[in-house]
Amino acid sequence: MTLHRLGFIFLLYIAFSIAFLTLNARGNWDFVLSFRGTKLIGITMVAISISCATVLFQTISQNRILTPSIMGFDSLYILLQTMMVFFLGGFGFASLPQEIPFFLNFTIMMLASLALFGTLLGRSANQARQDLHRLLLTGIIFGVFFRSITSFIQRVIDPNDFVIAAASTFADFNTINTDLLLIASLMMIIALAALWHYRHELDVIALGKETATNLGIPYKTRLYTLLVIIALLISISTALVGPVAFFGLLVSNLAYQIIPSYHHAYLLPAASLIAASILIGGQVILEHLIGLSTPLSIVVECLGGLTFLLLIIRGTTR
Amino acid sequence: MTKGWAIALFLLALGTLASLLIGVIDLSQDEIWQDGEALSILIISRLPRTIAILLTGASMAVAGLIMQMIVANKFVEPMTSGSGQSAALGVLIATFLFPASSLFVKMAIACLVSLAGTAGFLALIRKLPAHQPLMVPLVGLAYGGVIGAIVTFIAFHTELMQYLETWFNGEFSGILQGRYELLWLAGLLTMLAYLTADQFAILGLGKNVSINLGLNYKHITRLGLAIVSLITAMTVVTVGIIPFVGLVVPNIVSRWLGDNLRKTLPITAILGATLVLLSDLVGRIVRHPFEIPVGTIFGITGTCIFLWLLYVPARSKPQKTKPSMSGTAS
Amino acid sequence: MIRLSSVSHQIDGAKILSNISANIPKGQVTALIGPNGAGKSTLLSLIARLQGLEQGSISIDDLDVVTTPSDELARKLAILTQSNSITARLRVRELVAFGRFPHHKGRPNHKDLERIEEAIEQFDLGDLADKFLDEVSGGQRQKAFVAMAYAQDTDYLLLDEPLNNLDMASARNLMRNLTELAAQTGKTIVIVLHEINYAALYANWIMVLKQGQLIANGPAKEILTPQIIADTFGIEVTIHEIDGKTLVMHYG
Repeated sequence: MTLHRLGFIFLLYIAFSIAFLTLNARGNWDFVLSFRGTKLIGITMVAISISCATVLFQTISQNRILTPSIMGFDSLYILLQTMMVFFLGGFGFASLPQEIPFFLNFTIMMLASLALFGTLLGRSANQARQDLHRLLLTGIIFGVFFRSITSFIQRVIDPNDFVIAAASTFADFNTINTDLLLIASLMMIIALAALWHYRHELDVIALGKETATNLGIPYKTRLYTLLVIIALLISISTALVGPVAFFGLLVSNLAYQIIPSYHHAYLLPAASLIAASILIGGQVILEHLIGLSTPLSIVVECLGGLTFLLLIIRGTTR
Repeated sequence: MTKGWAIALFLLALGTLASLLIGVIDLSQDEIWQDGEALSILIISRLPRTIAILLTGASMAVAGLIMQMIVANKFVEPMTSGSGQSAALGVLIATFLFPASSLFVKMAIACLVSLAGTAGFLALIRKLPAHQPLMVPLVGLAYGGVIGAIVTFIAFHTELMQYLETWFNGEFSGILQGRYELLWLAGLLTMLAYLTADQFAILGLGKNVSINLGLNYKHITRLGLAIVSLITAMTVVTVGIIPFVGLVVPNIVSRWLGDNLRKTLPITAILGATLVLLSDLVGRIVRHPFEIPVGTIFGITGTCIFLWLLYVPARSKPQKTKPSMSGTAS
Repeated sequence: MIRLSSVSHQIDGAKILSNISANIPKGQVTALIGPNGAGKSTLLSLIARLQGLEQGSISIDDLDVVTTPSDELARKLAILTQSNSITARLRVRELVAFGRFPHHKGRPNHKDLERIEEAIEQFDLGDLADKFLDEVSGGQRQKAFVAMAYAQDTDYLLLDEPLNNLDMASARNLMRNLTELAAQTGKTIVIVLHEINYAALYANWIMVLKQGQLIANGPAKEILTPQIIADTFGIEVTIHEIDGKTLVMHYG
C-alpha cells in the first residue's frame, strides 16, 4: 500500500511537470522547454530541500509541528544576506560571485545551528523536557531577533542598497536564482546520499535520545551530522527562492497522513514529491487555469498554515 | 519591593523627560523657547507621542499578562498569536470597503475582527492536548502567521500593500495631537484589568482550579478576551504591531515578583511603559535625524531580554515559570 | 559483571551520586532500592551511557561504557527507562521490533522476526500487537517497552521501575519472567524496585542507595535486615519467613 501511494504521488508529480512544461507554450519550443525546464528543476530542488529539512528536523526534535523556519533558520539566512549588503555595499555584493555568499551563509548557519540545537538537543536526559521548551522558544525568539535586526539594517542602509537587500526577503517561486542551480544541485546530491545512507537509523532516532542510544545509535554524532544537512538544505532553498515558513509543515504532515509507515525510506521521498507536486501544480493552476497574479508563495503559506490548524483541530498532530 | 518600585518609577520619569526633549528639532536651544515654537512642538507632537508610548507600553504589557492567564501559558502574547493580525485584517477590510470612514469606524471594525480572531485562537487551543504546553505558543505563531498571510493576500489584490508596513511594524513617529487619543481607551481597559486582577490570577491556575474556587470561568474568560482584543486593536490601529512587549514584560515581572496579579499588574504596566519608552528613544537617537521603528528596536532588545530570562536561572525563586507553564495539565 | 569505580555525578551543581564503587554480579537478579531521589535512575542511566559519565569509570564485562562504541554496547546491554516519551506513532509490534535494531541495522532477517514474535508472546501482547501505542493502556504500553528490551536479547538488562502502571498479576508475571530469564539463560538483570517485597522474593542481590551514597551491596539475605531498612527509609519493619519466602512487614 505504501509503495502504491508513493507511486501515485510520483505520477501526479510527472503529470504536473508535463503540464508545467507544455501548457500555453508558444513560439520556439527549444527556448520554452529549456527556460521552463530550468525552472522546473529549480522548483523541484526547493521542494526536496524544504520537505527533507522539515522531516529531519521533526524527527530529531520528536515534534511534528516544528519546522526549521519556525526555529529561525531562514531568518538567519536573510539576516546574513542583508549584513553582506550592508558591509559590502549594494554594488560590491552584486558583483560578488553568488557562490561566495551562499557558502558563507551556509557555514555560519551550520555553526549557529550546531551551537544552539547541538548543545540543547544533546543534553542530559532528565532535563530533556524542560530543555525542549527552552529550545523551541529560543528558536522562535531568535527568528524574531534575526528579522528585527534585518529590518534595522534595512533602515540604516543606503536606499539603493535597500532594494537589493529587500529583494531576497520574500519568497518568489517565479524568479528562481538559476546562477546557483549547478552548485546547489551538487550539494543537494551529497546531502541526499547521506540521508539515504542513514535512512534506517533515522527511524530509530525518531524514538528519542534515550531509546536511540540504548539501541546503539551514536546519538550526538548523528545529531550533529543531521543538523549540518538541515542547514545545507535550508541554505539551498532559501538561496534559490527565499524564506518559506509553513510550507514544510504542510508537506511533512501530508506525508505522515498519506504514508502509513514510520520508515524514512518512504517518508522522505513522499514528502519531497508532495511538495514538488504542490509547487508545480500550484504554479500551473495559478498561471494558466485561473490566471491569478497572486504570488504562489502567499497561497502556499496560507494553505500551509490552514492545513496545520486543521490538523490541530482534528487532533491528529502529536 | 519598595526599592523595585522606586527604581521603576525613576526610570520612567527619566525616560519621559528624555522623550519630551529628544527629537528632530533640538529643544535645548534657548531661541526657540522664546518665540513659543518649542511649546507648540511640545503640545502638538512630543507630549502626544510620549503619552501614546506610555499608554501603549503599559496596556500591551497588561494585555499580554491577561492573555497568559486566560490560556494558562507563559509564552503567548496577543501581537504574535492572531489578535494583532486580526486587528490589521479589520483595518484592512475597513480601509477597502469604507475608504472614507473615520478613524473611529475603522477602529470599531478592527476591534470586532480582533475579538473574533482572539476567540478563534482560544477555541483552537482548547483542542490541544493538555499535556503539551509548548504547543500553545507554536499554534499561536502559526495562527498569527496564517492571518498575516491572509492580510497580505487581500492587500496584494486590493493594492493596499503600502499600508501593510504601517500596521505590521509599529512606530510612533506619526503620532500627533488628535491622532492617538484612542489609546486612552486602552489605558481605561488596563485599569479595568487591574480592578479584576484577582480573578485573572485564579484563571491562570487553570480551568479546574478556577471552577473549584467558585469563579465564573466563562464570564471572566470573556472579560479577559475583550480586554486583550480591544487593547490590541487600538494599539494596532494607532501605532501598529509591536511584538514581544506582552511576552517579555510579564515574564520578567513574574520571575521577579511571582504571579499575584494584584501586586504585580501595576508594576507590569510601569515596566512595559518604561521599556517601550526606552526602545523608542533608542530608535530616535541611533540614526538621528531619521527614526527606526520602535517595533524593530523592541524586537532586538526584547528578544535579548527574553533569552536572558530563559537561560539565566532565577536563583532565589527557581521553578517560578514552570508550574504555570503546565498549568492546564492539572 | 558490572564494575563501578568511584562514580560521582552532579546535575547543575547538585550532587546526585558520590563516589560509588561496587560490583554487580553476573547472571543474577539485582534489585536497586532506596528512597526517592537517592540517585537510582541516574546510576542506571550512567551504566547504560544515556548520560555522560563525569567522574569515575564503569565497565560491563570489561567493556568501558565511555570508550566502547555505542552499537557494540547495544548488543551487550539494554535499558528500560522510567519515562518512555516516544512521540512517534507506532504499533506495539513495530516498537518491539526496534529492539532488534542493534543486531540487524535496518535489515531484519528471519531470526530477528522470530525473536520479535517470541517477545510479543512472552509478555502476553499477542492481541495488542497491531494496535498503536496510544490506543493501549499505560500498563500495556509498559509491557510493550519491556518486550522491546527483551527483544534486544542482551546479556545485561537494566529496568528502571518496570512495575509502574502494571496490575498485580502483570507485575508478578513480569518479575517471574525476569527471574526465569536470569536462571535459564544466565542473563544479568538490574532492576529498580520500590516494593521491597518484590526485591525480597525475586532478587538474589540487593544494592541500596540513599542520597547518592552506597549504603549496602550484597546478597539479598544479608541486606534485608531491619537495621539497614531503618537506616535507609527511616521506618521500622519486621522480617518474617513464610513458606521459605522472606516477607518484609512494612504496613501498619
